This record gives sequence, C-alpha cells and structure tokens, in this order.
Amino acid sequence: MNPFALSFVILGLGLIGWLTARARALRFDRGGAKRLHSLPAQHGWFVAMWTVLPPLLFLVVWSAVSPGLVRQTVLQSPTAAGLSDFAFERDSVLAQAREVAKNPYDTEADPLARQLAPVVRAARNRYAWTGTAAAALLAFAGAAFALSRIRPDFRARSKVERTLMMGLLVASLIAIFTTIGIFASLFWESTRFFSQVPITQFLFGTHWSPQVIDAKDPGASLGAVPLFWGTFFIGAVIAMLVAIPFGLMSAVYLTQYASATTRRWMKPTLEMLAGVPTVVYGYFAALTVAPAVRKLAVLLGDPFASSESALAAGLVMGVMIIPFVSSMADDSLAAVPTAMRDGSLAMGATTSETISRVLVPAALPGVVAGVLLAVSRAIGETMIVVMAASGAATITLNPLQSATTVTKQIVDLLTGEAEFDSPKTLAAFALGLTLFVITLLLNIVALRVVKKYREAYE
Amino acid sequence: MTVASPAPHKMSARGVSVSYGDKQAVKDVSIDVDMDKVTAFIGPSGCGKSTFLRTFNRMNDTIASARVTGEITLDGEDIYSPDMDVVQLRARVGMVFQKPNPFPKSIFENVAYGPRIHGLASSKTDLEGIVERSLKRAGLWDEVKDRLSDSGTALSGGQQQRLCIARAIAVDPEVILMDEPASALDPIATAKIEELIHELRGRYAIVIVTHNMQQAARVSQRTAFFHLGQLVEYGETDNIFTAPREERTKDYITGRYG
Repeated sequence: MNPFALSFVILGLGLIGWLTARARALRFDRGGAKRLHSLPAQHGWFVAMWTVLPPLLFLVVWSAVSPGLVRQTVLQSPTAAGLSDFAFERDSVLAQAREVAKNPYDTEADPLARQLAPVVRAARNRYAWTGTAAAALLAFAGAAFALSRIRPDFRARSKVERTLMMGLLVASLIAIFTTIGIFASLFWESTRFFSQVPITQFLFGTHWSPQVIDAKDPGASLGAVPLFWGTFFIGAVIAMLVAIPFGLMSAVYLTQYASATTRRWMKPTLEMLAGVPTVVYGYFAALTVAPAVRKLAVLLGDPFASSESALAAGLVMGVMIIPFVSSMADDSLAAVPTAMRDGSLAMGATTSETISRVLVPAALPGVVAGVLLAVSRAIGETMIVVMAASGAATITLNPLQSATTVTKQIVDLLTGEAEFDSPKTLAAFALGLTLFVITLLLNIVALRVVKKYREAYE
Repeated sequence: MTVASPAPHKMSARGVSVSYGDKQAVKDVSIDVDMDKVTAFIGPSGCGKSTFLRTFNRMNDTIASARVTGEITLDGEDIYSPDMDVVQLRARVGMVFQKPNPFPKSIFENVAYGPRIHGLASSKTDLEGIVERSLKRAGLWDEVKDRLSDSGTALSGGQQQRLCIARAIAVDPEVILMDEPASALDPIATAKIEELIHELRGRYAIVIVTHNMQQAARVSQRTAFFHLGQLVEYGETDNIFTAPREERTKDYITGRYG
C-alpha cells in the first residue's frame, strides 16, 4: 500500500480510537466523585495519540531504511552473481534495474538490469508489505494498550499535555537542526575546497578570476579579498551612508515630532519598503539608478564609465535597508523613559537639543544593534547586486567604478555548466561559509548589545 | 529715591485652570510664590497639585491634550504670553522630578548639561567651576568629587536626586519647582533632601509638591492645600497645621482622608 494511503488509514484508526475512548469515558462510573481528573475528550486524545504516533514514526524510519534492505536482498539473490565487482558499474546497473522495475517497457536498459528488475520488484513488494503490516500492528497494539489504561482515575490530561509539549519542542528544534545542517553541509563542502586551495590563499589572496583557473595552482586565481572588499564597500559603506542618516532621521521625526495622525500613515508606508521583493529593487537599481549614476560619472569626466557601478547597487541597497534601521531606532527611542525627555526639556533645552544630546545617546546601543543587523542583511543581499553590480573583482575606493560582492560571485560560480568537485564550484561554498560566519557574528553581537541595553532600563 | 513699593511676588498665578481634553484637573487657582519662602502644595493623590506645579514652567506644553487658562507671571511678566520664550523661562524656573532622572551620562556631564545648552560657561575652567559650585550647593560634592566621570545613573537613588538638584541649580535659576522630590527615596535620603531645601531657601524661590504632611510642615513656610482640583486653603504653614480655617483642610491634616 502506498505510504500516503496508509497514513490515511492510520489516521482513520486514530479517529475510531478517539471516539471509542471518549464514549467509554462518558460511561465511567463516577463513584460519587463530582469531577474526573480528565475530560472524556482528553481520554480520546490519549488513545488517538497512541494509535497514530507509533505507526507514523515507524513509517518515517521504515521509508528511510527499506531502500537499503531492498538493495541487500537484490545483491544476495542468485541473479546478482553476474554483477560487476566494480562499485560504480554495479550501482549504475542497479539504478537501471530500479527504473525497469517501475517501467518494464524501458527497452534500452542493460540486459542484466532487465533480468534483475523482477527481483527488485519482488523485494520491494515484500518490504512494502512488511512495513504496512508492522505499521498496522503498531496501530492496533498502541490502541489496545491505551484503551486498557483508560479508567476513571487515569490522568489522561497530563499525558496529552506532555505529548503536546513534546510536539512543540520538536517543531522548535527543527529550525535549529536545519541551521546546524546548513552549516554542516557548507562546512563539509568548504573543507573539500580547502583541501585543494590553502585557506590563507583564499582569505588573503587579492586576485579573483575563477574563469581562468590554473589546474596546478587553483588558489592563485581564487583570492577572495576583492570580493570581501566589494561586499564591505557596497553593503557596509555606501548602503549604510544612505540607510543610517535617513533611517535615524525618520525615526527621530516619527517618535519626536510627528503627530499621531501622521505617524499612523507614515510608519506603515515606510515599513512597506521592507516588504518590496528584492528583485524589484534590482530592476530599479539596474534600469533607473545605474544609468543615472553613469551619467554622473560621464559628467565628472569619465566618458567610459561602466553602468555597473558600486554606487548604484549601494544606493538602492541603502534605500532597501532604511526601514530596518528606522524601525530599530524607533523602538530604542521609544524605550528611552519620558523622564529623560522631561528632564532635559525642564532644563530649558530645545526639542532638537534634547534629541541630539539626551535621547539619541541614550538610544544609541539599540541604534547600533539595528545598524549591525542592517549590515548583516546588506552583505547577504543578492538580487540587487546580481542585477546592478558587475562581475569584475576590483579593489577600488571609487564608488563610480564597478565592484562585485560575495553573493554575486556565488551566483556566478554556481550557474551554467559546472562540475561539482572543481575548485571553481567548491569556492562558492567557501564563500558561502565565510558570509554565513560573518553575518552570524554580526547578529550575535547585535543581539548582545540589545539585551544589555534592555537590562539598563528595566 | 522713590519709596520702595511692597516687594512684588516672584511668581503669581491668577485664576489658573488646567484641563486634559474634557477633564478639568485644576480649577481657578490663584497663588503667590515669594523669593525667600518655601511653598508646599499638599493634598491627596489626583488633586491636581502636580499638574498645577507644571504650569509654572510650562511643562504641560509637552502634553498635547493639556490646556491652560488664566494668568501666571514671573516678575510681573506673563509666562504664557507669545513674547515669553519657553527655553528662557525654563532656564529661570528649574524643576526636579518625582523619580530621579539623571541622564545616562557622567556626573560631570549631567551638571554641565544646562550650562552648555545655555552657553553659561566661557571656558572649560569656568564650566568646571560651575559644576563644582552646583554640586557643593546640592551637598553632593564630597561624595562624588573623585569620580566625576562615573555614570550618573550608577549613584544611589538619593544621590541621583541631589544630582538632579545640582543639575537644576547649575543654570542659576530663580525658582526651583520640586515635584514630590523625596517620594521615591528612603528616610535617610529624604532627610538629606529636606536639609538641602533648608539650605537653598533664600537663594531661590522654592515650590515643593508633597503628599507627606510632616515634610510640608518641616520644610515650608507657606502651605497650599488642594482638593479635587481646587485650592482649598493657602497660608502660613504654621497656621495651616495648627489652626486650619477650612473643615476639609482640618480633616486632611488630621488624617481623616487622603
């Protein structure tokens, strides 16, 4: 039976278990007690959980284990004696046999594979039925066990609550394990890269041209410093020169000057900027801002200016980041006690003196944390730079020149024809790992700053 | 030489009412404040005494819904007239709040804040002199002189409140308004604040709001009793506490309500 249908059957059994248990609980002899420990429905849930969870968990495990078992059985069959000892060839024939087992009219397959196909099919059927039977057995056993425990004084409520708590715990762990998994896979691929290219050459090399890699010395053209510089220059310098002043000033206006009505429409509008898909910013950068920047460069006396400038990408990225800075600054300014503001105003300070000398300094840790988070977002941003920045890896201080970023290069390295074990492709993972580590550190620092700051006022 | 006219009052309120939206918090209050006297406002919570105090340096301006009518003068000048600059008014009428609110800056910077924004010091030495003098007057100098660069928020509650008083003194105001300055402090810190008020009397006109009647009796020469937004009785402190004219005042100071 296919696993999907089987799950439905198990859920059906669970429903029957629920109804049975509830009906039984409703008929309990209360023996004079006014209240039972658990509601009838909670007894129902207890039985339903015991009916559904063990077979489902078993099926998950089984679906992971059974392909290996099928393979074992097929390899031990007499027909498999003719298989090559060479692992690569053997796996290829087995894979074809699996295909033929699904689709017997595949005539182009290897003759041995065609012979093996019935064996594969038989083994598969056998394990499928074993699994189904075991799951059904587990469902019935679980139901019987749970039903046998149901008594008026049985504490079903506590058991159900506990199971729910475990379910929630698992849900929250999934995100954490995914993060760990991502990190592990990045780390694994990166170690493969660093076995071919020394880490120092990658981190401190200043020449980046992955299109022409010398097979004898791949590290010579995989020095990532120009990418780190470009990322820093576009994401942490140009973008922040836009985002910090505008974000901060809009937060100051919204918290200190704007009337309630103005704030009510202006704040959501500003926050809408954060909801615009980054690819739309990419269009805007490539089609509107970049040509304008090029014109400026021509006016400034560079007739051959590239339209793919660091400035265009950085400006648009800065605009994209404004709402992050603004909303963090807004929160921190709002968290400064009114007593500070009153104290300063009562000294005869003007509103702007109060803001610049008392409120902003008091809110500074929160603002700094907001900026760090914004930087970590900016340097991880991909679409804008893919569309507006160039691929030329140059180290330059001139914002009108082209520059490239880590994310843009990862995209370039992984698109098009690529072998998955060449230094060129593996370099993408090393770049990804570096980026991951940097943004992780920025986030940790930012969260620590925010936490410390919260403690100061509570 | 002309014959000296009777000393004019430092500040006078005439028919002052304050309302927040529809709610009237202070009704038609008239009162005079004099230079060498400490004036105490007493009354049960919510009687409008703090609201009324805040009209003296226009701190109610910071609350959008607050509306003030009537007339308040400082040296005969209407402080609500368009000619009155609120920044200058607040430099002349300082304020100390219920909860100590030092800025998250160093002790020195807290006291130097006012002189800096009003441009009172011509040099760094000058500024240091003002800070030292203010801290001395606030009775805090000996406790903090060796750690002026420490954060003001690291001081104890009582020290913070004296720092706030030093901060207010530093701009050399004529009037100091104190809004329950000791209500968040322990008895020892409270005693120090009261002692300080005694020492400051004469140099500044002081108005203090308190819900502690013993405190009013100890520190003030004049007492105003507020109830439900109205000024019930105003007179010499000794008279208010020993021979109140109004029944409500008598009930309050004998602890029958409040």
